[in-house]
Amino acid sequence: MSAFKAVLLRDLRVSFRRWSELAHPLIFFVIVVTLFPLALSPTSSQLREVGVGVLWVATLLSSLLALDGLFRADADDGSLEQILLSPAPMTITVLAKVTAHALVTLLPLICLVPLSAYTFNIPLAALPTLAAALLLAAPTLSVLVALGAALTVSLRRGGSIVGLLVLPLTAPLLIFGTRATDLSVNGEPTAAPLLLLGALAALAVSLGPLAIAAAVKVGIE
Amino acid sequence: MSDRALLCGRELAVWRGERCLFEALHFDLGPEQLALLVGANGSGKTTLLRILAGLGLPTGGTVTWKGASVTELAAEERAEIAYRGHLDALKRDLTVAENLAFHSAIWGREQGFERVLEELKLDHVAHMRARYLSAGQRRRAALAMLQLSGAKLWLLDEPTTNLDSEGRALVVEWTRRHVMGGGIAVIATHQPDEFSMRGALMIDLS
Repeated sequence: MSAFKAVLLRDLRVSFRRWSELAHPLIFFVIVVTLFPLALSPTSSQLREVGVGVLWVATLLSSLLALDGLFRADADDGSLEQILLSPAPMTITVLAKVTAHALVTLLPLICLVPLSAYTFNIPLAALPTLAAALLLAAPTLSVLVALGAALTVSLRRGGSIVGLLVLPLTAPLLIFGTRATDLSVNGEPTAAPLLLLGALAALAVSLGPLAIAAAVKVGIE
Repeated sequence: MSDRALLCGRELAVWRGERCLFEALHFDLGPEQLALLVGANGSGKTTLLRILAGLGLPTGGTVTWKGASVTELAAEERAEIAYRGHLDALKRDLTVAENLAFHSAIWGREQGFERVLEELKLDHVAHMRARYLSAGQRRRAALAMLQLSGAKLWLLDEPTTNLDSEGRALVVEWTRRHVMGGGIAVIATHQPDEFSMRGALMIDLS
């Protein structure tokens, strides 16, 4: 437990000292979301139809950008191999790293989504469900992207290949997430897709660290 | 000797494609023993050290620590092995003190590091970010982490690189103290004379 705390605090501290890098995925998200209303005809009914999908896809892409370098910085300065060699269990340290990065990258992103929903004329009543769906999807998303980052840790530029590896796996999140938001826009009950997102999160958080730890070990060798 | 051996290499071989770096390498190391790895650049010193640390796999053969393969050690046994490679493992955006505190925490050590910092003449830069340190100071900070790990087996890859004469003397002194105190050290170096002590094992890879 102390190892979890140590890694979490260290990564948070490093992130805040390089805060300008934290802003990149957020700005990317805002730009992508703003480009759509410009490219499509700005009638409000059409915007609302595509809006939910655009928000979700933009979130997936920005999180890819945000978590890509999760392990590479540590691998480059040698601290990853020291963490690997330390007696602290790798699954715990990996989970701490993913948690730290999700907190500093995905959380601000999720705060931005309701703001952007306004540009797509999505009704205010649907925002709580949208936020809940995003929060439930965030753990799964972080674990998936972290797995991609771990698999490509030995590559100089892993960005595009992480996308190829991870984006197909995010399909269930996209399906359940947009479904929950759509249902809520239409005023229908949203429990089923939200519960499924929660189940995926439980699965990802419990089994994901094992896979990520194994991938990091292979990457370091 | 062999009944006291803790670190054993058996029939170790490493091939890089068609090229053989070394093969049929055998050694037993027990408490109070120092092994010096020597050999030209590219002869496989770093590769061998990483294999001993469990960070790499040999093409053939096995490395065991207390009878168990180094890649499958339990947490307590893993805590007995410290490896310091060419990289300093310092986070550039954290201060020296923060780096050391993190290192102590993941190794489960509680002791303070003021004394080690003083000995390494790093006390005046303890609260400076690691990115502002010179290469020699970074190497000293990495050595502080080694001392803090409290490990029984030291695997050091050219530990005196970038150090001034005083720093080199300190590394030699620490190694001697560590080995005399019942520890084991395996050191890759181009200056084996610096470290030479009675009973030191020379492993020549070239």
